[in-house]
Amino acid sequence: MLLNCPLPIATTDRVLLGHGSGGKLSAELMRDIFLPALSNPILARLDDQAQLEIGGLRLAFTTDSFVVKPLFFPGGDIGSLAVHGTINDLATAGARPLYLSAAYVIEEGFPLSDLRRIADSMGRAAQQAGVSIVTGDTKVVERGAADGLFLNTTGIGLIPANVTISAAAARPGDVILLSGSLGNHGIAIMAAREGLQFDTILTSDSAALHTLVEAMLAAAPAIRCLRDPTRGGLSSTLNEIAAQSATGMRILETEIPIRAEVQGACEMLGLDPLYVANEGKLVAIVAPEDADAVLAAMRAHPLGRSAVRIGAVTQENPGRVVLQTAYGTSRIVDMLAGDQLPRIC
Amino acid sequence: MKHLDEYRDAASVQTLAGSIHKATTQPWVLMELCGGQTHTILRCGLDSLLPAHLEIVHGPGCPVCVTALETVEKALAIASLPNVIFASYGDMLRVPGIHTDLLSLRARGADIRIVYSPQDAVRLAQAHPDREVVFFAIGFETTAPAHALAVQQAHALALANFSILVSHVLVPPAMRAILGSPQNRVQGFIAPGHVCAITGYEPYEELSREYHVPIVVGGFEPVDLLEAILLLVRQLESGRAEVENPYARVVSREGNRHARRATELVFETTDRKWRGIGELPDSGLCLRPQYAQFDAEQRFALAHIQADEPAECISAQVLQGLKKPTDCSAFGTRCKPKSPLGAPMVSNEGACSAYYRYRRQEVEIA
Repeated sequence: MLLNCPLPIATTDRVLLGHGSGGKLSAELMRDIFLPALSNPILARLDDQAQLEIGGLRLAFTTDSFVVKPLFFPGGDIGSLAVHGTINDLATAGARPLYLSAAYVIEEGFPLSDLRRIADSMGRAAQQAGVSIVTGDTKVVERGAADGLFLNTTGIGLIPANVTISAAAARPGDVILLSGSLGNHGIAIMAAREGLQFDTILTSDSAALHTLVEAMLAAAPAIRCLRDPTRGGLSSTLNEIAAQSATGMRILETEIPIRAEVQGACEMLGLDPLYVANEGKLVAIVAPEDADAVLAAMRAHPLGRSAVRIGAVTQENPGRVVLQTAYGTSRIVDMLAGDQLPRIC
Repeated sequence: MKHLDEYRDAASVQTLAGSIHKATTQPWVLMELCGGQTHTILRCGLDSLLPAHLEIVHGPGCPVCVTALETVEKALAIASLPNVIFASYGDMLRVPGIHTDLLSLRARGADIRIVYSPQDAVRLAQAHPDREVVFFAIGFETTAPAHALAVQQAHALALANFSILVSHVLVPPAMRAILGSPQNRVQGFIAPGHVCAITGYEPYEELSREYHVPIVVGGFEPVDLLEAILLLVRQLESGRAEVENPYARVVSREGNRHARRATELVFETTDRKWRGIGELPDSGLCLRPQYAQFDAEQRFALAHIQADEPAECISAQVLQGLKKPTDCSAFGTRCKPKSPLGAPMVSNEGACSAYYRYRRQEVEIA
């Protein structure tokens, strides 16, 4: 019998969609292109926000672009999503979000009524979260040069003096907490996306998490890591923390809350809920002695009512996330290699 | 997922694993034949619950993995044409041809769209009458009926701009090739439940008799798979070789008559190249002559495209259960899901990919 096998494809010389999926390809862009070009110690921390000290004040500073499709989805729209996403990137440094910017890139021909809806929604989300959008920009490009509307938001916030949160701070023995069920945002978006013909009662979990973080910090100011598992889902978040902290992670499948609708949709589409995006969930890593207090504070907050302990940080397998199944067996939970593609059968 | 919970129940899994330990007195090699089953076994770590000398090997059951390099090259050639919308199931997009894959081609401007059903491709053809819409029809007996219906639908709508690139493969001829090989190690098969739901398990009775090999129809949940393994071990230990069907909630002996009929009306059997294995007689489906106008190979005159696969990795042995992915020297180093050397590393359902995703750690510790 002949040994048959295709030759490998040379590394791509073009940007693929997978480069934006928050997985391995995104990490490679960062490592190979952006970090060498922009090199500085603040960027090199690779947290969801930069942490700056200016005149004795500690600031969190972050930016994020939103290209969600469709622009309006059950549970939100690109406007509220941008506000929540940017607030959350500040909140995961323990910062109190203060001011946001908004830059719109709009395709020629975009309905003004939709633009008004998005701007109103942005304003409402900012007001509810107690932040102000204080500067902005508008660009219009020819029809076909953008898909409807893209939105960039930048935010700054104040980090309390006694708070030091970083994805590099996890220690073996620490406890991993999760604020609620996984996959609601990603599946709600996919269900709303054109061409996917199934209905669901799911809505996006898009929410601003800073008040939840505030309550958690009040319970235990020494929280080590906070992340919101957006693109790439819980798996990417835990893999990033594991890599940056040079520790392992062990999580328990039976403890990870996933709604039946999300599980069902994922199985139908051949997706793994651990890789599906969330927009209103929080992963916290805390010292074992703080775990009960933080968990209680999460559960007392409306956005953390179903918070659970899902595992622990380990000395073994540095840089790796290992999941223990319901059957007592183990498997690796890897970062996404490319875009998560639906299976066919 | 209520209807599935009982087939995932941890206590049932432990009980079945215990029964398998009791029933196994000597080494056996079993093969599952569907990528979905491979996935469940590795995802849930079922093989690590089994006796050490009961070996599970993974067959050529991932349709993405076994699609011939030549067919991938044809797909790339069609998708590169300026007036074509090329529609495909998502996981075919990453399968490497000789120089590129569909995803990279899309990044260079080709109009390649992920669809979830062949009907989506028919709708694309209706919506774009000025463009050629080509659907990449891959899969086993499971996807064939839906593809047949799409062709019939296009026929009824007299769509002149719709065609399919057919790369259908059939399970029983692949089993025959494995059993007929002088190096064969497989002593019992878990038959693919979804394929059997369409074809019934009758086609496997002849194979079981001819090669005196036990075949048990398996589902896709942990309890289904362990039940099938237990029945196979019991047959082997008592010297029996028959077809058993514990997956009766889905599979009957005759299968789904309507689906089979749809397939038979549109497709006929043909010799087919399998990536990693080679050409197997009567192991594929092609369009019947009366539907030739929907055959993309003819429409785009692709017969000249031929590709032989260079000897590089051990996917042939992996796909026949002769070797485990971890036996390959390139596994996890030069061959990874992001830069696959071989077909089984490409698709999520491929055996190498499943080992890479779920088992890399043991490899590194070992």
